[in-house]
Amino acid sequence: MTLFWVLAILLIATAVFTISQRSPVYSVVGLLANFVVLATLYLTLDAEFIFIMQIIVYAGAILVLFVFVINLLSAGTGPISEGPNRMPRALVPAVLVTLAGFGFLVVGLARGPLGILPPHVATSRMGEVGQAGVFGSVADFGVALFSAHLLPFEITAFILMVAVVGVVVLASDAAPAPTHGHHLKRGTQKREPILKAER
Amino acid sequence: MPLWLLVVVKSAFLLFVVVTTFAYAMLAERKVLAWMQLRPGPNRVGPWGLLQPAADAAKMLFKEDLTPATADPLMYRFAPWLSMITAMAVFAVIPFSESDAGLWSIGDVNAGILVIFALTSLGIYGISLAGWSSGSKYPLLGSLRSTAQMISYELAMTLSVVGVLILAGTTSLVGIVHAQNKLWFVVPQLAGFLIFIVTAVAETNRAPFDLVEAETELVGGFHTEYSGLRFGLFFIAEYLNMITVACITTLLFFGGWNPPFGLAIVPGIFWFVLKAGFVLFIYIWLRATLPRLRYDRLMAFGWKVLLPLATLNLMATAAIVAWTG
Repeated sequence: MTLFWVLAILLIATAVFTISQRSPVYSVVGLLANFVVLATLYLTLDAEFIFIMQIIVYAGAILVLFVFVINLLSAGTGPISEGPNRMPRALVPAVLVTLAGFGFLVVGLARGPLGILPPHVATSRMGEVGQAGVFGSVADFGVALFSAHLLPFEITAFILMVAVVGVVVLASDAAPAPTHGHHLKRGTQKREPILKAER
Repeated sequence: MPLWLLVVVKSAFLLFVVVTTFAYAMLAERKVLAWMQLRPGPNRVGPWGLLQPAADAAKMLFKEDLTPATADPLMYRFAPWLSMITAMAVFAVIPFSESDAGLWSIGDVNAGILVIFALTSLGIYGISLAGWSSGSKYPLLGSLRSTAQMISYELAMTLSVVGVLILAGTTSLVGIVHAQNKLWFVVPQLAGFLIFIVTAVAETNRAPFDLVEAETELVGGFHTEYSGLRFGLFFIAEYLNMITVACITTLLFFGGWNPPFGLAIVPGIFWFVLKAGFVLFIYIWLRATLPRLRYDRLMAFGWKVLLPLATLNLMATAAIVAWTG
């Protein structure tokens, strides 16, 4: 239980660090720490596979792209200059959304099967974790994903596919060229292709 | 002995072995390169230059440690450690021989291969942050190239390994080696093996995929501004990643510690070291033989050749396994 509180405090601290930094790269590093702490929290619940997926997918793939884009767009290590203060306008909606989310969570947990968590949470050794028939193992996760939850899994895959197709359409030459720039006066000028594959 | 003390002792011993291996892998690389290019190579420090790594380490320690004025000081210091720690942590889950009571590994994790992928994918941050925090142009360009390259080749690498996982039916590294008692996976998964070796060389940023530090155009790539011990950390991390790839290739495709031709008299650790050494030799061989790829060809090769091939290999393997049961 001590471990849980340590991780929980770290989780919130890294989240606050992420949103309070002036430099976007520091925010990303804060978010990286946040993901790793969250993954460790999964590990204390014996959900070994979720732990690894959290790191591979979020920390290892998605966040790397964040760093890549920040590096690409903001040369130089200086902090971003201060913008207008958006706090007064965003405060009320943010608090409402947070409270609503927390409410859903409490209601969901109160109705859900709380008693199914294994009693040896946070006490098991690494070697025992993740064997077949144990909560959170690779085998059990796969069976659950491809039997009971096959439809949501396929629908999620489809939605992600839609997003990918959307990006390709937006980035393709079929999109109308921007006409407001003064270097593009004629409006018919062909713009540089964004993707390598278009060449 | 309590469990935690055992783990600490084993980790310290393993790190000593791995860092020594790094030192002599570096010497072996210079020697083999020299041999392939018909020149003597390092031969001044000790017999056959055997003390060269110690001399290099001493030089590295006493060099001035520079930080550019435009650098972000905190992140500049943090990045090499990130590279180093992720490169070292991988060895905690690698089994080196048949373990009675877990003698030859620190942690036999059930999802071992996935843990390795998770840790190596974190290694990209070291390079990426180093390039950004240096606050100058060459490192930034080098780190952008490297990040794009590593993200692209990571996909094909992971897919090429899934074929092995399907054949073995487990993600445990010990289980994968046990599944190769009769036949090494390099035979049924030849395509997967070739894709894996190519992508692994690209993932470790080694020749002919070392565009990150293409010295003719980018000076030293992401570590241009680093000197002294901090540069040393990146250097060690690169070699540790090579050793990791050699170990994984041995475990996944060369039967791990299984002896060839039923030569079970010789202990398994000997075969493991021999096979891993062979993979390291391939690395040096490639560097001595092949010229560097052009950047757009590198990306096109990754996305248009390796990724489709890896997907085909995965689908064919899955179909055959499903057909034969």
